[in-house]
Amino acid sequence: MTDLSDRQQLSYIASQAADARLNVELETEGMTLNIGPQHPATHGTLRIICRLDGEQVVWAEPSCGYMHRGYEKLTEVRTFPQVTTLINRIDWLGSFANEVPFILAAEKLMEIEAPPRAQVIRTILFELSRIANVSLFLGDLGVQMGAITPVFIAFRDREYVLNLIESATGGRFHPNFDRIGGLKDDLPKGWIDETRQTMVKLREFCDTIEDLLFGNAIFQSRTRGIGIIPADVAKDYGLSGANLRASGVDYDLRRDQEIAMAWDKTDFKVWTHPDGDSFARCWVRLQETRESCKIVEQLLDQIPAGPVMTKVPRIIKVPEGEAWVSTENPLGVMGYYVVSKGDLGPFRVKIRSASFNNISIVPWALKGVYVPDIITILASLYFILGDIDR
Amino acid sequence: MVAQLSDDAGTADTLALPGDGLREGILDDLRSRIGDAIIDTHLVPNDDLWVRVRTDAWRETAVALKAAGFTWFNFLSALDWMPSPYGKGEDDPTAEAEEPDTEIVQGVTGGETRLQVFARLDDIERHVGITIKADVPDGAPVVDSWSTVFAGANWHERECHEMFGIGFNGHPDLRNMYLPTEFEGFPLLKDFPLVARMVKPWPGIVDVEPMPAEEEGPNS
Repeated sequence: MTDLSDRQQLSYIASQAADARLNVELETEGMTLNIGPQHPATHGTLRIICRLDGEQVVWAEPSCGYMHRGYEKLTEVRTFPQVTTLINRIDWLGSFANEVPFILAAEKLMEIEAPPRAQVIRTILFELSRIANVSLFLGDLGVQMGAITPVFIAFRDREYVLNLIESATGGRFHPNFDRIGGLKDDLPKGWIDETRQTMVKLREFCDTIEDLLFGNAIFQSRTRGIGIIPADVAKDYGLSGANLRASGVDYDLRRDQEIAMAWDKTDFKVWTHPDGDSFARCWVRLQETRESCKIVEQLLDQIPAGPVMTKVPRIIKVPEGEAWVSTENPLGVMGYYVVSKGDLGPFRVKIRSASFNNISIVPWALKGVYVPDIITILASLYFILGDIDR
Repeated sequence: MVAQLSDDAGTADTLALPGDGLREGILDDLRSRIGDAIIDTHLVPNDDLWVRVRTDAWRETAVALKAAGFTWFNFLSALDWMPSPYGKGEDDPTAEAEEPDTEIVQGVTGGETRLQVFARLDDIERHVGITIKADVPDGAPVVDSWSTVFAGANWHERECHEMFGIGFNGHPDLRNMYLPTEFEGFPLLKDFPLVARMVKPWPGIVDVEPMPAEEEGPNS
């Protein structure tokens, strides 16, 4: 700077000072972004409070409780058969699957088992509710990223499955069909053929979604490498279902436990993905829907003859004891810890729902991501509000 | 994996899986790690395993089990063993009220206190789960937090705190999850009244038909 005049030096210093002032003025102070409770991407009434630095999330916290209905308390003033009406509404997209672990826990305490025919039909309905649940996810996934078409296809094809569930159980969303000791009714006439045809349609649906969405360059760039959850973190938070398997953990209760259902009579693959990102979670769910179609088709061929209800007393009193039963529900591991004191109703029911654990990772998973990715990560974690709040 | 329905049910093959030798082994392993902390155990062969530990060893148990392979956090909650002083809501409101039961009877693996925390961990390699229980002191309902061992316990402990009023030592942030901050009382305690049921009788009781006699059998 020796060859500069004083005047030049002064102007240089002044420009430096101006720059510094500008930097102070432009400094991002951090902003609080509130997503929800009515944001369409939150599948209900979840609110996420994010603290942003520019476009980056530095802190995020889901705020639950907008739909807390207190089912754990309500089960204590219900009889055992009445509880299924409540727990239907935990994960409302896969209602039948919610009933099964509770009924199995009650049956375990009573030391009875449903007849083989009821077990197979239960498993078929369980898988159908998985298809109904996950097909909505696959369609909805596009909407989160600005693609409108998949959701129409998903709603159209999900309707076929809901019609099947309705014709068998009488309820599209809340079947309330499972009973302690079996099922309320047998299958209607012609249902098996109808289901077979529907499974063909659903396989086509999976292919269409794969073409439309998973091969799409925008979809891939929005999901690949975004929201990576390593396996040990996933296990620490108790993630389950496709979220856990997408992190490379091979764990599926349909295969990995002895339970009075018919999954052991079928041959299916448990898909995992090594990446653990948003794409992996979506992809595993797509494959699962295909496997569910496969399970249903195999079981339709081997429904045994016989009754669908075992002998149970008219007034059901469950013997004293404690039982834990969990199953691999559409959203992940769902289980009930049932404590009975030998009364008409349960003494205490602890409901372990999949979404509660799956969403508890959100503060960890959203740290450091960019604003548009918040929505894709939430969508790929796939939660149902009723399943978080219970 | 494809098996036929009836033939092999009840044979030795199906009974051998996943044998309770596995759960015995887990218990022995746990005893070697935290031996003196275990108060009581309950093992149902081929089914399930319960362990009750001392309250001061609650966190230590989580560390030991995590080291023993139980790396998948399932849930954490509490049990209130006091019978409800209000009876059941579906009882006939015109009938004479029964004398409420006041005896506190803890479930499997016993206990000394009204409240117990319990949690479940799973070993996803060996496909086996374990339920751990611990007493919560009546006067000062505080236990150690698991949130530094299993990150997922954070939310479960928050829920447990607002529903049962149990404190967790070392938990980073015990804010309410569901209820408003100013809410008073702990809803899942048995002596918290379910007001909706008390002001209006259970509607299901109004037009209920008399139950047929039990000896007529099911579905009659």
